[in-house]
Amino acid sequence: MKIIVCIKQVPDTTEVKINPTTGTLIREGVPSIINPDDKSGLEAALVLKEQQGAHVTVLSMGPPQADLALREALAMGADQAILLSDRAFGGADTWATSSTLAAAIRKLEWDLIICGRQAIDGDTAQVGPQIAEHLHIPHVSYVSELQVGEKAIEVKRKFEDGWQRLRVQFPCLITTLKEMNHARYMSMAGIYDAYRQEVKVWGLADIDIDQANIGLKGSPTRVKASYTKGTRSAGKVYEVDPREGARIIVESLKEKFII
Amino acid sequence: MNISEYRGVMVFAEQRRGEIQKVAFELLGAGRGIADTLQEKLIAVLAGTHLTDAQAASLIAHGADRVILVDDKRLGVYMTEPFTKAITAVIAAEKPGIVFFGATTIGRDLAPRVSARLKTGLTADCTALAIDDASRNLLMTRPAFGGNIMATIICPEHRPQMSTVRPGVMRQIEADTTRTGETVRFACRIEPADVNVEILEEVVQKEEKKNIEDASVLVAGGRGLGNPENFQSLQNLAEMLGGQVAASRAVVDAGWTNQDKQVGQTGKTVRPDLYLACGISGMIQHVAGMEESGFIVAVNKNKDAPIFAYADIGIVTDVNLLLPALQDELNRARSA
Repeated sequence: MKIIVCIKQVPDTTEVKINPTTGTLIREGVPSIINPDDKSGLEAALVLKEQQGAHVTVLSMGPPQADLALREALAMGADQAILLSDRAFGGADTWATSSTLAAAIRKLEWDLIICGRQAIDGDTAQVGPQIAEHLHIPHVSYVSELQVGEKAIEVKRKFEDGWQRLRVQFPCLITTLKEMNHARYMSMAGIYDAYRQEVKVWGLADIDIDQANIGLKGSPTRVKASYTKGTRSAGKVYEVDPREGARIIVESLKEKFII
Repeated sequence: MNISEYRGVMVFAEQRRGEIQKVAFELLGAGRGIADTLQEKLIAVLAGTHLTDAQAASLIAHGADRVILVDDKRLGVYMTEPFTKAITAVIAAEKPGIVFFGATTIGRDLAPRVSARLKTGLTADCTALAIDDASRNLLMTRPAFGGNIMATIICPEHRPQMSTVRPGVMRQIEADTTRTGETVRFACRIEPADVNVEILEEVVQKEEKKNIEDASVLVAGGRGLGNPENFQSLQNLAEMLGGQVAASRAVVDAGWTNQDKQVGQTGKTVRPDLYLACGISGMIQHVAGMEESGFIVAVNKNKDAPIFAYADIGIVTDVNLLLPALQDELNRARSA
């Protein structure tokens, strides 16, 4: 079987700090990582490679430096890496990103596409299902377990209040949760090999897509404004008796819709 | 696309096992305000099986002017394709300017599929919604970058403008059974071929959130509580607020609770919607683990306690006297 794993290189948002005096984001020194949900999807694919000889292609869209994330995937054991990189793809929202990735996927052979549920920099969870829609195939999101048969995949799909076990025929797409497994480290031999292997770079000329569906121009949404929440300013302090204190707390919780 | 043809605010009324979910009423509350600003209709779409007039009436009581029922035996349990087909068909027929979904594991599965099919924008997990005075476009504000920044997104040239909205953020309006609205049944045939995923097993099970990192409310106790019994009493308050108990390092070191409850530099970093610090002085190491919380309330009898510099609301009083009073107040607020 052939699997495509879509990965995104993201800044490690847990390392991002806010400058307390300016209230702006400090991006310097923030490491870039493979998005955690995607990395678990890759791990699941690599297990299938070991168990059943699956062929694993990793696909990413991003700037040239996303090459590093793809090499890490190769060092973990992926067979092939493709980087979709072109100025024309820049500024894409989830709609344009998914249509670009779908165009690249149409050029490849595959039975199963695996995407992480969501990326930690955007948290949208949209690109996976949207790729599936562009390709006219079924998808299952929030997958925490999977078993692969000859013609179909069985997955555990999570909800807030339970789960389902589902069967989907190939070709299909799933989006995976990071809790599904613990992704392996790169092997020493893998790291060595990863730098000898080629990461294919595909630009606009390499895929078949209408230019109206890519980049900023192909994006229905626009960022109108962005701002940091700023530093926390001290609120109000009341020196009161316990009953009055309780009343003030409950009033504030009501105001904040917490109760 | 002629944008002016698209009018009305639509809400996807999520149901599970026939029960309309709370987030649907919250969306109606938010949608009501937006619809009033635009002077347009608020439309609720309920897809399911064996749908009743009583369900439609409850959507109207919570603010809908028009309820669309899509009833099909294949819409009983949520499945991506049947619901995508139904909701896309309703949108094509109704041409709403705006569509809201709850940012649940269902809404976040359905909305991207619908947006891709319709070629329109979708903004995820919005926490604030407003109408731009000049353009009358919807302003959709959401956290990004791990909550480090807020972004306001617009969808100026495509319709409908769609967003998923975080549960628990918007406020529902009080049900008014004297409100009137129309209910229509929308025919949409779901074919066997649309059911492209087979459900082998379904388990309903509220997962117990055991990690304090996952709790939306934390009631945290410190040494100011005086003894382990007082610390134990936080549990009841935490349950009333739908949250969990957390602790300062001093309390963990004293053996009043386990280390997995510890917040701070050597414990866990938490970001609940509400952090209620009870008898915690607020050493910098503790603050490092909780300062990103949405709303911080601190109770301490020492008015110079550093925690007050980080609290949105600070109460200088005896925490052990305040806690029972707080439970009384909460009970009163509930029954009111």
